Amino acid sequence: MPRLSVVEPLSVIGGAVERGLVYLGGVAQLLGRAFAHAFTSSLKRSLSYQRACHQAMVIGVGAVPVISFITFFIGVIMALQGAYELKRFGALHLIADTVAISITRELGPLVTAIVVIGRSGSAFAAEIGTMKVTEELDALETMALHPIGFLVTPKLLAMLVMMPCLTIWADLMGVLGGSVFGVTGADYTFGTYLSATRDALYMRDIITGLVKSIVFALVITGVGCQEGFATGAGSEEVGRSTTSAVVTSIFLVVLVDLVFTAIFYVTGGA
Amino acid sequence: MDVDGPIISGRDLRVHYGDREILHGVSFDVQPKETMVILGGSGSGKSTLLRTMVGLEKPTSGAVWVGGTNLAQASAAELDEVRKKIGLSFQGGALIGSMTVGENVALPLREHTNLEASTIEVMVRIKLEQVGLIQFQDFMPSELSGGMKKRAALARAMAMDPEILFFDEPSAGLDPIVAAGIDSLILNLKQALAVTIVVVTHELASAFLIADRIIVLDGGHIVAMATTDELRRSTHPRIQQFLNRVPDSEVSDDVDHLRLYTDRI
Repeated sequence: MPRLSVVEPLSVIGGAVERGLVYLGGVAQLLGRAFAHAFTSSLKRSLSYQRACHQAMVIGVGAVPVISFITFFIGVIMALQGAYELKRFGALHLIADTVAISITRELGPLVTAIVVIGRSGSAFAAEIGTMKVTEELDALETMALHPIGFLVTPKLLAMLVMMPCLTIWADLMGVLGGSVFGVTGADYTFGTYLSATRDALYMRDIITGLVKSIVFALVITGVGCQEGFATGAGSEEVGRSTTSAVVTSIFLVVLVDLVFTAIFYVTGGA
Repeated sequence: MDVDGPIISGRDLRVHYGDREILHGVSFDVQPKETMVILGGSGSGKSTLLRTMVGLEKPTSGAVWVGGTNLAQASAAELDEVRKKIGLSFQGGALIGSMTVGENVALPLREHTNLEASTIEVMVRIKLEQVGLIQFQDFMPSELSGGMKKRAALARAMAMDPEILFFDEPSAGLDPIVAAGIDSLILNLKQALAVTIVVVTHELASAFLIADRIIVLDGGHIVAMATTDELRRSTHPRIQQFLNRVPDSEVSDDVDHLRLYTDRI
């Protein structure tokens, strides 16, 4: 019987870990350069500001309707699911607490991130990838307009501002969704539901969600733009990098979520 | 870019894509205000040479001097300074798709100069007038035909009044009439602006029409650097083959192909 080699699976795992670290290193480097361009770019500050505002409109304001609907519905769903269990303990009055905490700490930031990945992370990869294929990135460079400063920095700044804003909005809509059940299915009025929510929440519940949303903004921008720049020749490559941007971003966002939730738990934030 | 002698010069320039050497130590000079055409078939390395001259590819060895700066060793800031003095008209136009034609032309002016918006507007109109696209200022690049995109790209390349204008395959993919229009546009610019012009092309007729001198590239080597008249008289077999449009035989084609991968054959 041939001896099973331990080396081979280990080298496969090692190779995968190494590739993962190299990828993260690349994303971190891209974000670092984008930050550096925010302060030391040769591009005109006023025009960069205009581009960032335009991005903020597209990324943030454009996402408000879809995020409102989704988190509102998730608020209703959380209330229904929570009520199913709470009713058995005769604790239906805790439904406001359940919804408020699960939305602000977890679902608000996460659902916002996933919607933004679908709307904007994919668009970053497709936009930059297409520009690479059509030589627009080269054109920017030959005009002495650095592609990272020109394209990534405005997106990064817009994301860092808009993700927390969208998350707060998502929290609010989730709570409103929960209140629909609270008013119709539990013995709340709209006013008592909101004050119960207010009593249930600590500032740290909202803050931890916002901290997560800022890290999500970094991940989504970094991965989306990195995939765009890594696009090879040909239009099918744009599709590949867009898919890859979405899949990788979702994976990393959930991973980052896990790490931060664990950190908040250990440090007593939970 | 007030330099004595050549405005662009390459010295023993080698460029690699990965392990593959594309340019095998080419040396050349481009004199101020001359029109140099780089002529060669596909895979000859002519586009790579152009990309090296504008700093998009770093040579693995050798030097490429543009206006007194060696791009092989230039810092990012030095490279930016050189790039503000050159204009490159890309093969497919490479206009920024999210901006109108006018905004594309205005882009370098807005970013690199402190001109008033109204002055920039006037300059954009002048540049678009020069390439005959004045009525298309507010069109998006996707609404233009191939020839119009190239002309718009030329207007953008000229926006900063560059000292050197580069053209990548100006007539590729265009019908003969539009291509002839681009050629005469280049000829007009040559007379009107007195700038150095470097054109990369595989179109013989267009090359002989616009060039003062021609560099013939083949398999990453310069086989000739001569005036158009000298070139017509050349007896070099590869040049004769190119000028007379004789196809490669099957075997030499393979050798050519291999030569891309290794220089030993």
